[in-house]
Amino acid sequence: MGFPYPSDPRETVLLSKYFGDAGARSYTGWTERGGYEGVKTALGMAPEAVVEEMKASGLRGRGGAGFPTGLKWSLMPKKADKPHYLVCNADESEPGTFKDREIMRWTPHALIEGCLIAAHAIRAERIYIYIRGEYTEPLAIMERAVAEAYANGAAGENVFGSGTRIDVTLHRGAGAYICGEETAMLNSLEGKRGNPRIKPPYPAQAGVFGLPTTINNVETLAAVPHIMVRGAAWYKSLSLSNPKSTGTKLISVCGHVARPGNYEVTMGTPMRELIYDMCGGMRPGRTLKAVIPGGSSVPIMNAEEADRCLLDYEGVVAAGSMLGSAGMIVMDDSTDMVRAIWRLAKFYAHESCAQCTQCREGTAWTTKILERILAGLGKESDLQLLLDLSENMTGKTICVLSDSCAAPIVSGIQKFRGEFDAYLAKARTPAMATA
Amino acid sequence: MADELLTVTIDGIAVQVPKGTTIIEAAKQAGVLVPHYCYHPSLPSPALCRMCLVEVEKSAKLQPACVTAVSEGQVVHVSSEKAKEARKGVLEFLLINHPLDCPICDQSGECELQDYTFQEGRASTRYSEYAKRYNPVEDFGPDIIYVPNRCILCTRCVRFMEDVAETPVLNVSERGDRAYIGIAPEQELDHAWSGNVVDLCPVGSLLSKDFLHKARAWDLDKTASICPGCTQGCNINIDTRDDVVVRFRPRPNLDVNRHFMCDYGRMGYRWLNRGDRLEAPLMLDGGRLVATDWDTALDRFGALLDDAAGPAVLLASGRTATESLGFVRRLLDRPDVTAAIKVPLGDEAPLAGIPNLALRRERVPNLHGAQLAGYGTDWAAAVRAASTAGLVVLLDPELDRDDLAALSGLPGRLVVMGTLLADELRGAELVLPVTTMAEENGTYVNRDGRVQRFLQAKAPPGMARPAWWIAGEVLAGPGPDADAPATAADAFARLGAMYAAFAGLTYAELGLTGRMIPLMGTSGAAAGAAR
Repeated sequence: MGFPYPSDPRETVLLSKYFGDAGARSYTGWTERGGYEGVKTALGMAPEAVVEEMKASGLRGRGGAGFPTGLKWSLMPKKADKPHYLVCNADESEPGTFKDREIMRWTPHALIEGCLIAAHAIRAERIYIYIRGEYTEPLAIMERAVAEAYANGAAGENVFGSGTRIDVTLHRGAGAYICGEETAMLNSLEGKRGNPRIKPPYPAQAGVFGLPTTINNVETLAAVPHIMVRGAAWYKSLSLSNPKSTGTKLISVCGHVARPGNYEVTMGTPMRELIYDMCGGMRPGRTLKAVIPGGSSVPIMNAEEADRCLLDYEGVVAAGSMLGSAGMIVMDDSTDMVRAIWRLAKFYAHESCAQCTQCREGTAWTTKILERILAGLGKESDLQLLLDLSENMTGKTICVLSDSCAAPIVSGIQKFRGEFDAYLAKARTPAMATA
Repeated sequence: MADELLTVTIDGIAVQVPKGTTIIEAAKQAGVLVPHYCYHPSLPSPALCRMCLVEVEKSAKLQPACVTAVSEGQVVHVSSEKAKEARKGVLEFLLINHPLDCPICDQSGECELQDYTFQEGRASTRYSEYAKRYNPVEDFGPDIIYVPNRCILCTRCVRFMEDVAETPVLNVSERGDRAYIGIAPEQELDHAWSGNVVDLCPVGSLLSKDFLHKARAWDLDKTASICPGCTQGCNINIDTRDDVVVRFRPRPNLDVNRHFMCDYGRMGYRWLNRGDRLEAPLMLDGGRLVATDWDTALDRFGALLDDAAGPAVLLASGRTATESLGFVRRLLDRPDVTAAIKVPLGDEAPLAGIPNLALRRERVPNLHGAQLAGYGTDWAAAVRAASTAGLVVLLDPELDRDDLAALSGLPGRLVVMGTLLADELRGAELVLPVTTMAEENGTYVNRDGRVQRFLQAKAPPGMARPAWWIAGEVLAGPGPDADAPATAADAFARLGAMYAAFAGLTYAELGLTGRMIPLMGTSGAAAGAAR
């Protein structure tokens, strides 16, 4: 539902069905609403069968990359001669994204159940749920839910009498954006500085503590029980456009729409339907200028691209961006794009882990150039310089933070060049670079 | 080893390398240097400087050569436009906050940032409007300062302390372009091997206080040598400027010290620069030591040997080259001789991450060479024996007050071959100036039985000669037909005839990484005897 607003009939409420329903938070409340049935089904199946079911459902990672979940699980070693781990990525640090927060706030047991199913499928005895440090309320709710799960035999030595042992550990992050990157998260979990690791080795070979690890996003895992209960075929049928994108997607809409919030739509829903119908359109008297559809790290779309965009992995790519984490930042014609892009770059400059040269120096340098342009001190050559630096920052580093900083800059210059030119020509009053 | 060999082509040159080899190492075999900063063959690779990105055919992205393993048939381009552009980009990013203080930077001339920028960087900056990042210089430890402004955050120092020294006192502090190398609170960079971070630093960010502003890299002459600090036998370069030794630096030898040396060894060079050296042969004449020429001195030495009655004692330094130890011992080849070297002991300080690498207890480089040449290690007994001996020969030993007292009253029976002359020994019959290990070619035998060469790094003072030359001349006797060794190589080749362990060995065979020979007894037993 468009939480905190009432559900819109055009939504497909699956994960968000109980958002706002405090009764769903408790173990009993959750079981009364049909919870923990999926894990019981899964525990009765061989791990391979659960993986096959997930492959058949077409579920893809909701954290940003869209990697097929069943395939990811199948990459884990078949032998369980050493401990396997499931790490749930609940860091949700991508600017503009706030869907996992609501899942944990309202339906913590949905996440725990999804984790248990995944742990069974990959033969993991331990689940780490890495929760963003700022998420104090979700953390408290998750702590209560985990304790309840243990008390009711849903976690621990003998999950629902199946003889399978699965432990759940909550881990609180310390506030670094980069710890949402999966390998940085593993380092952080191990007590090290949250620096992304080089791949290979991939986490399925050597993850947390050097042991086979699968990392899944909160929303991905929360969708898993539904697939176990209602079947892969049903889930696969939830697709309006491209059959490679199935199920529902929580879209965190923020910015200049009338009703920002979390909207759950079937894959393939047109973006204009989401913005103009479900979210109530733009603020009164304003028109759409730009959309960042997938959290701050993806290319910016202009109004024309947004207008023809279908909300699934392929649809957003076709419209010139990426679905990412589906943290949708909607900007109207009051937005100063140069200032918005500067603010994004500043964020990345602040959060760069400082490992790779291009990222460490490039994020800071591009921020300074944007600041200079904003202050009316820009030079004609600055745009080309920004594009050059962005090119040097793309596809050359350990993780994609550097690329993420470059993406809005490049797309911004390409699509909103007039605004940059206005600053350069001193046709626009210099803005103060503050945030 | 039946390692599977893979064929890769790097910049058009095909090489065969074992499976698992990284591109950067395979490139070395092809004679191609892939520019790099964070990579170091003796450290784990974090692939973070992104300087070694190379183009690999069939890969969409550039690949870091330091962590990418080769695969069969791989075609790698190190010098393609794409790879060069990427490196140019990295260099530009590294330089925006790097000060242009090369004229006062110790690293200048041996700086990898300087070298690669000169090779393929931009001629001018595009970062013109801003001040560079500034952080004050920090004192990291007894011999190390950190200049954060020059730091390129390659983390070699952090990884050395963490993964090799296993004493993780360094870290990367802060994030983004505010990052710098931090040191743990209340900690100092005072590990026995911490000086290596200065060598590892590719720029002038970590500097040795001892070497600070002492010399420019291009003024230095580098000579392959062996550290005279202990029985480990770390391979080193002696850096000299105008015949003055200014520092020791490790020279790679994967079988002995990899790329490292300890601080004790590193700081043990000052004795090589002493100004109060013996420069001419001296002979006792009318109760005074008087300078003479070598012919006279050698004749006198021969006469003293012939005339000596009763037992002989030979007291030598463990820093003496095997050639000299062997020839001088041969000179006193009689049944009643006592030959010993002094073996000062200290605490063992291992480098945790490298097997069989430590600052050893026995603080002389040639204990094992001396043993092979017939020297014992019971120093006290040898000094006692000197008081009743018919002839006592000193081969530049390190003498303490007690030793000097015992040796001062030996009129007519004392021959000093030395670099220095203590006042107590001015009653010696004959004083012969010899060279230090920095002034001659020679060999040491390390604790594992590795015979390793060191080369002459500076000119000897005055008329000083290697001890093997003196002994060789005396052994050969006077006259035009005398067959004395003329060079250290000649002397070494002749050692085999005297001491079986060296039979058949030549300098050419030793090369610059040495060769193993069987030792007498074990180093443990030797250490026990020295105690």
